[in-house]
Amino acid sequence: MTTLIVIIGYLCLLLALGFFSNKLFRGTSKDYFVASHSIGPFLLLMSVFGTTMTAFALVGSTGKSFERGIGTYGLMASISGLVHAAIFFLIGIRLWAFGKKHGFITQIQFFRARFESDSIGYLLFPILVLLVIPYLLIGIIGAGKTIEPVTAGAFPALFTNPTAPQWLGGVPPWLTGLVVSLVVLSYVFMGGSRGAAFANTFQTIVFMIMGLVAFVFIINALGGINSAGKVPARIDEKGLVVQDYQFDKQKAQLEANEPPKPIGRVIDFENSNLTNQQPHFWREPVTVEFKKKIPKSGELVPFERELGIPFITFVTYLFIPLSVGMFPHLFQHWLTARSAKSFRLTVIAHPLCIMVVWVPCVLVGAWASGVLPPGIPPPAVLSAMLNLLVGDPILIGLLTAGVLAAIMSSLDSQFLCLGTIFTNDIVIHRAGENKYSDKQIIFIARCFIVVIVAVTYGLAMLAKNANVFDLAIWCFSGFSALFPVIFAALYWKRTTKQGAIASIIAALLTWLYYFHESGYGGEYMVGPGIVPAAICFGASAIVLIAVSLFTKPPSEETLDKFFPKKSEL
Amino acid sequence: MGKATVWALFIILFFLHQDFWWWEDSDLVFGFMPIGLAYHAAFSVACACLGALAIRYAWPHDLEKFAEEK
Repeated sequence: MTTLIVIIGYLCLLLALGFFSNKLFRGTSKDYFVASHSIGPFLLLMSVFGTTMTAFALVGSTGKSFERGIGTYGLMASISGLVHAAIFFLIGIRLWAFGKKHGFITQIQFFRARFESDSIGYLLFPILVLLVIPYLLIGIIGAGKTIEPVTAGAFPALFTNPTAPQWLGGVPPWLTGLVVSLVVLSYVFMGGSRGAAFANTFQTIVFMIMGLVAFVFIINALGGINSAGKVPARIDEKGLVVQDYQFDKQKAQLEANEPPKPIGRVIDFENSNLTNQQPHFWREPVTVEFKKKIPKSGELVPFERELGIPFITFVTYLFIPLSVGMFPHLFQHWLTARSAKSFRLTVIAHPLCIMVVWVPCVLVGAWASGVLPPGIPPPAVLSAMLNLLVGDPILIGLLTAGVLAAIMSSLDSQFLCLGTIFTNDIVIHRAGENKYSDKQIIFIARCFIVVIVAVTYGLAMLAKNANVFDLAIWCFSGFSALFPVIFAALYWKRTTKQGAIASIIAALLTWLYYFHESGYGGEYMVGPGIVPAAICFGASAIVLIAVSLFTKPPSEETLDKFFPKKSEL
Repeated sequence: MGKATVWALFIILFFLHQDFWWWEDSDLVFGFMPIGLAYHAAFSVACACLGALAIRYAWPHDLEKFAEEK
């Protein structure tokens, strides 16, 4: 109960921040959508970083490391440090410059002007919405999965149908999702992009600090940093995966299992190099058969899991972080920058911020393999570790608030962005610039945001068992497949309207094909382990180049606008 | 140092990311950090350094001026 009170307190604080940012709201649509280009370096770093790190970063990375080990960091985090920073530098600053010069508020406005085409906007709008929605879902699903374990036992008479028997009485995911959606809706509704930037900054600071605090407490509970390194599951000489330790909650200390507890077995155990290895601490793939308990029947059923990461998967994951170049919500954050110099801190500090958040999460996920049952749902690993190892309810409440902060700092920007593109690219674009007053424009955006929140909440309840990490990867894959369009629009004069439209369609079709093949959101690799994003990206790029070369180049006027001559710069 | 050097460093970093040489090594650095993770944490620091170099030597001053002009 104490834990829940701390979490509710945190949510109330966020609402208060929403009221505060509403006081600073200047009442114009430009202020609501892009904070009147007034955001400085620190707020920009915090809002960009907070937006790109969501449930995916804390809940998803810990869960993925629990499944596949420390390769998770190189797979997503370190490559993101390189690719994201390059994109902020090469694309973010350039788009900010054109946005400021020509008055663009949305990506679609930029593409319409660059490709002299209305239809590209109508084609992109549903695709962007389609791709942002899974991103929103992972936030709401991740929040639900986090809160239930840490509030287990709080209301045993009220919540009698838990996701897992040990979480009886915990706040159910449907209620958490509802509350989180309403809190985010409130401060986005009131403060627009300035409110989102303030809330993001506050929440990013909270989740970074709380993440480090959680890490320290988990290390202490595991008997110190060196002792924690011995905890992950190990492969014994018979090819069994064993846990050498267990955590005694009564004594609050780690105790050796005598003999080690078998939790699975390596399939095709022939490689003697595997003996006494901790497979979560390396990256060579090993297929293991584990068993998990079915909650309702209590029956133990076997399941297979590949630990480690195939090298080809590792290499082709490069394409996933390219998605950042096409995130519409990030485009909007870039446009809030006061000047190009505001980007400098983001370019340098973003990889470091990723490291500060991801290294502890990945380590905790790997350590969890030695003390948690292998069948636990990956998104619940972080909260299960907190619950098992950190006894203090106030602390658990604060740490859980940190996880919620990471989740909500992305949800707000995405809700706002969908409201912005609907209002500007559909409603105002069709009706004409002067048809609505500024007040009416803000009202329309707010109404659409309410609708999107409601739709997202409904979809999250339908997809409540989806793997947060895998769902996020599908969302990122779609955006990275669109990356050639934005890159070519900025750096290749010869890119044509037809080339861009054909490229978008190629990206969509290949993405839909693989999404369908994955069973709508599961982990899926092509051939020896190639991520679908690599193929979608390739198809999109080839089609863009081929069609552009065979169609009429853009007008001189447009080229002058987007490729100003050195003398005009 | 110029833009070309920054680009060259970017490409070198991209290749250094594919650390196949430690793929099957689970040795611990400082007694707790698997070597594969420690390497990639150091890689993140290198990315930040590259960002600083890009700002110092490849900053788009012209574009900045173009955007600020009325």
